[in-house]
Amino acid sequence: MSDQAFSLWVYLSQTPLLWLVVTLGAYVTADRISQVFGRHPLCNPVLMSVAAVALVLWTTGTSYPVYFEGAKFVHFLLGPATVALAIPLYENRRVVLRALVPMVAALIVGSVTAIVSAVAVAQVFDMPRSILISLAPKSVTAPVGMAITETLGGDPALTAILVMLTGVIGSIMVTPLMNALRMKDWRARGFAVGLASHGIGTARAFQVHSLAGTFAGIAMGLNALVTALLLPLVLAWLIG
Amino acid sequence: MIISLTIILFCQLVGEVIARGLGWPVPGPVLGMLALLTILGLRDRLKEKVPGLGRTLDSTGKGLLAHLSLLFIPASVGVVQRLDVLAAHGAGLVAALVVSTFVTLVVTVVTFVAVSRLSGSSMAAADEAGVGEKP
Repeated sequence: MSDQAFSLWVYLSQTPLLWLVVTLGAYVTADRISQVFGRHPLCNPVLMSVAAVALVLWTTGTSYPVYFEGAKFVHFLLGPATVALAIPLYENRRVVLRALVPMVAALIVGSVTAIVSAVAVAQVFDMPRSILISLAPKSVTAPVGMAITETLGGDPALTAILVMLTGVIGSIMVTPLMNALRMKDWRARGFAVGLASHGIGTARAFQVHSLAGTFAGIAMGLNALVTALLLPLVLAWLIG
Repeated sequence: MIISLTIILFCQLVGEVIARGLGWPVPGPVLGMLALLTILGLRDRLKEKVPGLGRTLDSTGKGLLAHLSLLFIPASVGVVQRLDVLAAHGAGLVAALVVSTFVTLVVTVVTFVAVSRLSGSSMAAADEAGVGEKP
C-alpha cells in the first residue's frame, strides 16, 4: 500500500462513517438476498449480515471496539424501536385486550420454560457457572439480557451472541414448526416467536403477518419484564 | 417526521428516568413503550380539537420497525470477541439453544391456544368482531 492510501485507510478506519456504511451495506445486501429467496427462513438477514461484517473486520484486522464506535449509532436505535412497538400494539388494541388471559398464561409458562430448558441442557454438557448465567436470559431482547447477566456475574458479551443465535434459530424454526403443528392462530404463533426469540423473531413475524408481528412485539416486551424479575429466583433454584 | 422522532425519544427518556431513578429492574424502553401508548390514546381523544396532531407518528414508528433486523447487527458482530468460548463449548451451547428454543416455541403456542379456547377468546371471536387483520 502506498503512503497516501495507507493514511486514507488509517483515517477511514477510525471514523464512524466507514463502519456505518459497512453495517448498512451488509444489511441492504442481505435483505435483498432474503427477498430474492422469497424470505426463506434459512436466508436470515441478521445472520448473513453478521457473517459479512465479521469477515470484513477479520480481513482488515479491525477490532470490535473500533467497529462499534461507528456501528453504535445503529445500535442506539434499538431503544426507540422498542418504544415504537406501541404503535402496532395500539392499532390492534381490541384484539390484544380480547387475548389478555391466554397471553398472561403463555407468558409465565413460556418465560420459565425458556430459562429452565436452556440451563438444563447446558448442565448436561458440564458448563462452568458463568456460562450458565450468561445463557439463562437468551430469549430476552439483547439490551435487557445483557443487563441481567451483568448483575448476576455472567459475561454480557457472550449473552449478546447467545441472544442473537436464539433469535436466528427461532426465526428459522418458527414457520415450519407452526405449520407442522397446524397452528392457524396468528396471535399464538406471533406470541410464541416473540417470547422465544425476542426482536429477531418479531422481525420474522412481521415479515409473515402483521398481527403475528404485533403479538410478537408484545411478547418480547412482556418477556423482558418477566425474565428480569423471575430469572434470579429460577437460577438460584437451578444452580444454587 | 422530526416531531414524531422527538416524541418517540422523549418517551424513551421518560422510561429510562423512571426505571433508573426508582431503581426498577424494568428496561427503560419498555416503560417508554407504555408512555407512547398513553400518548396515542390521548391523541385519539383530542383528534377533533387539534387536527393533524401526531399525524406522522405511525409512519415514522413503522419505518423504524420495518428494519428491526438491522438494529441487531452491531451487538451481534460481538461474536468475533468470543470465538474462544464458542470453540470450547460450541456444541453444548448450540444444543442448549436449539432444544430450548424448540421447547419454548411449542410450550408457549400450545398454552396460548389451549387457554384461548378455555377462556373463549379464540381467533374466530376476534374475526367476528371485525378487528385486527391488516394486509
